[in-house]
Amino acid sequence: MTVLLVALGAAVGAPVRYVVDRFIQARHDSLFPWGTLTVNLAGCLVLGALAGSGGLPGWVATLVGIGFCGALTTYSTFGYETVRLVRERAWLIAATNAAVSLAGGLAAAYLGLGLAESLGR
Amino acid sequence: MLGVIAAGGVIGALARYGLGVAFPHPRTGFPWATFGVNVSGCLLIGVLIVLVTEGPAAHPLTRPFLGTGVLGGYTTFSTAMVDTQHLWRSGAAGTGLAYLFGTLAAALAAVWLGILAARWWLGLRGRRTA
Repeated sequence: MTVLLVALGAAVGAPVRYVVDRFIQARHDSLFPWGTLTVNLAGCLVLGALAGSGGLPGWVATLVGIGFCGALTTYSTFGYETVRLVRERAWLIAATNAAVSLAGGLAAAYLGLGLAESLGR
Repeated sequence: MLGVIAAGGVIGALARYGLGVAFPHPRTGFPWATFGVNVSGCLLIGVLIVLVTEGPAAHPLTRPFLGTGVLGGYTTFSTAMVDTQHLWRSGAAGTGLAYLFGTLAAALAAVWLGILAARWWLGLRGRRTA
């Protein structure tokens, strides 16, 4: 059952990542990987909220947390895009991508947590 | 295309889930499973992109399936950040920082290594097309 929940969440999360990335890259054609940043930050927001929602049944965490957020977000694409920027000598953009992704991801996680906790009261 | 990506995503996510179950970590312990998944996924994406772009012609769905799908579903940015957040909130600040920056450093190094390894291998085979 847990396996099915992970699979279902991932079956939605991965294509959503692809569609969102293409949508954003089509409208912001720059070196900076806006698409990956967007899905990664969104996933951190959702997972952070989940972490602050202790009252939810376990299957929700499995479906949305492990399945959906896990597939929506990606470290491999983030890593590859950062390294590619370095190899293309776009040092500042590479460093900015790493810094903004990490700081933004953590900020989104804390925001999600805070929102969930305040809604839970 | 979306179906191919979804299928890959399911495979990657299940692999990640399986490793998480096989290698659990205590509340304030270093999240080795997620660390391993993200770093290995980065190594593999370095290899994959080189093979697809510089190697012999592959099926056009190879990169969406294996890259966007499998490796995208396998690796996870959200878990890495929320793991860090959890460690910080549990008083394990040092572990959290080590995990946050350790993952970043290892992941980027792994991508680089994957690229170099794949290029070396293609060079050995005389199959570099770019």
